[in-house]
Amino acid sequence: MGKNTVSLRGKHILGLEDFTPEEIRLVLETAKEMKNIIHRDIKKVPALRGKSIVTLFYEPSTRTRTSFELAGKYLGADVVNITAGASSIVKGESLRDTLYTIEAMGVDAIVMRHKAEGAAEYASHVVTPVILNAGDGAHAHPSQGLLNLFTVEQHKGRLEGLKVAILGDVLHSRVARSDIHGMRKMGMEVHIAGPRTLLPRFLCEEPGIFIHDRIEEAIAGADVIEVLRIQLERMKGGLFPTTREYARIYGLNAKRLALAKEDALILHPGPMNKGWEISPAVAYGTQSAIQEEVQNGVAVRMALFTLVLTGGKQE
Amino acid sequence: MKLLLKGGRVIDPAGQFDEVADVRIEDGKIAAVGKNLPADGAEAYDARGKVVAPGLIDMHVHLREPGQEAKEDFASGTEAAAAGGYTRVATMPNTRPVIDTAALVEGMKKRAADVAKVHVEIIGAVTKNQEGKELAELGDMIEAGAVAFSDDGHFDPVAKVLLSAYDYLRPFDKVIINHEEETSLVEDGVMNEGHRSAMLGMKGRPTIAEDIATVRDIMLAEYAGARVHIAHISSAGAVDIVRQAKKRGVRVTAEATPHNLTMTEDLVKLCDSSTKVNPPLRAQKDVDAVLEGLRDGTIDAIVTDHSPHAPEEKDREYGLAPSGFPGLETAVGVLLTDLVHTGKIDLPLLISKMTWEPAKAFGLAAGTLSVGANADVTVLDPNLEWTVVAEEFHTRGSHSPFAGRKLKGKAVLTVVDGNIVMQDGRVF
Repeated sequence: MGKNTVSLRGKHILGLEDFTPEEIRLVLETAKEMKNIIHRDIKKVPALRGKSIVTLFYEPSTRTRTSFELAGKYLGADVVNITAGASSIVKGESLRDTLYTIEAMGVDAIVMRHKAEGAAEYASHVVTPVILNAGDGAHAHPSQGLLNLFTVEQHKGRLEGLKVAILGDVLHSRVARSDIHGMRKMGMEVHIAGPRTLLPRFLCEEPGIFIHDRIEEAIAGADVIEVLRIQLERMKGGLFPTTREYARIYGLNAKRLALAKEDALILHPGPMNKGWEISPAVAYGTQSAIQEEVQNGVAVRMALFTLVLTGGKQE
Repeated sequence: MKLLLKGGRVIDPAGQFDEVADVRIEDGKIAAVGKNLPADGAEAYDARGKVVAPGLIDMHVHLREPGQEAKEDFASGTEAAAAGGYTRVATMPNTRPVIDTAALVEGMKKRAADVAKVHVEIIGAVTKNQEGKELAELGDMIEAGAVAFSDDGHFDPVAKVLLSAYDYLRPFDKVIINHEEETSLVEDGVMNEGHRSAMLGMKGRPTIAEDIATVRDIMLAEYAGARVHIAHISSAGAVDIVRQAKKRGVRVTAEATPHNLTMTEDLVKLCDSSTKVNPPLRAQKDVDAVLEGLRDGTIDAIVTDHSPHAPEEKDREYGLAPSGFPGLETAVGVLLTDLVHTGKIDLPLLISKMTWEPAKAFGLAAGTLSVGANADVTVLDPNLEWTVVAEEFHTRGSHSPFAGRKLKGKAVLTVVDGNIVMQDGRVF
């Protein structure tokens, strides 16, 4: 084979719907190399020396923001964090003006989280730095989708043909949407179950996904189970009765896990509500990759930074 | 001023007239319609190859005055109307303050007399401050000249209050215009609920919200024996509900917008709030149903729901941008291009829905070229090709889902009370 002709250089990372399978493959392969760096004693390579990255978070986040920040720092980039509570955003500055300000300081990439669907795409039309979407409303969380694929492949050695069950609040989940796009592109079979109130009514029209009334049906024979976080405000919004009932009917516990393949892998984008959507025994059990996902997240984000800012390894 | 519009295709739906003829205007009235009328001192306008129609009427616009002049005012809004071929617009009361008293209606009529390029009808609020609780002074506002009532742009009145309004208005024979979306089902919704909203993660505004609101408001009107007008109908279900109601004799009329007649939710792009509007752009089956409703008489009028916002308000994240966009300057071009030139409807039907039928629905002495009528006339060039450039709009709103479109057909002359207020895009 000749040189790799796929390049992500300069590409805005907005959602996995914009990715080809080859582009996803490139990220996963690059992330493997990056993961080695994290295991080194001195975690610093000069790949992005002289590059500057701003994380712009309009919503609270610990793991995603820290993950992006460390990913940039391990690669030698300068990383600055802006959070909505501590900036001129609270003085009413528009997103456009905030972006202009950041652009004017000469940054190369902006990592953005925002409550409004499409905010990252909007930003990509407003300014020239590369935009990496770290979550826009319920729309997309592409780096999480990629790290899920990476984690699955590390364990299973492949993606194609695997059966995955996504359980819970798909309606409000940007992670689920990025999973659906990414997993289907990589040839996985996606099964979905949860309270009907938390599944988009017209999701059934999306080709290639299977929606089940009972989570047991989705879990049966699954290679991968992703459990989504349930939020208390959904209960207050009348979408499910109680966390107790949720746990009883829709929670992943050992008994239900037994319906999946013996070596089924468990994912959760965090933060978890143990005892609600997932039992502690399952969350901390041998099949759980939940902690590992966090480390893989750094590797995948290192890969994304490298690929969009430098194009990756020059061969 | 005397004016002779020579040799155009004169379409006057009120008189079922559709012939090549001359139209003579004198003293602000239609003086004659016929072949080879003498000039007789009148200024001649060559209308050959063009269409001479009654002045277009738009019964649903938001001129934003008072209080939101950054979006629009009576001057800029009626310049946009004149540019688009409209001679009469009815402006909605969701302003600051809300138009809910006779004094405010009078004030707005005075403003219109001072600055407006075209006739402006004032729609009053149904309830005080459009809060849906207590009736506004409907009788007083009628005496002051309010043409109809609506809580459009705010929450619908609850059933009890709406029924009161219907009952109260019966002796006055005025129409209530209802924005039909059941509030609890559209909270925070930003686009049509469907497969596309599901995959974009956007909160949906389901068609069922429109359907059940339409049913409720029509049934209440039927119960009260009152008149009701369904604003900007957009769902297939609501069209059928109106159709059935008309069949059983309910005093219901309905309107549809150019965008709900021609555009679907597929045009929604996350990075551009231009397509954000309530009710939202729907699915193809809904667009087809609205068009069928227009054809079979279920829908009486085409309105633009002209809803300009200041560019800086609209230029932001889709979900956080305000709903609505300007429509007065694009309606004729869009409707001719997408509905008439494609053969979906014929030109006389289009003109009827933009003139005579809305006039009839609201009891206006307008919308006809019959001799003695007010000389409100629009000349259309159905074959003029042009491109929509939002920066050239007369309205203060700039974000249009039609921006950049190449259209065929445009108003080229607007005459109000016998005076030319627009010719070839220039507003006087």
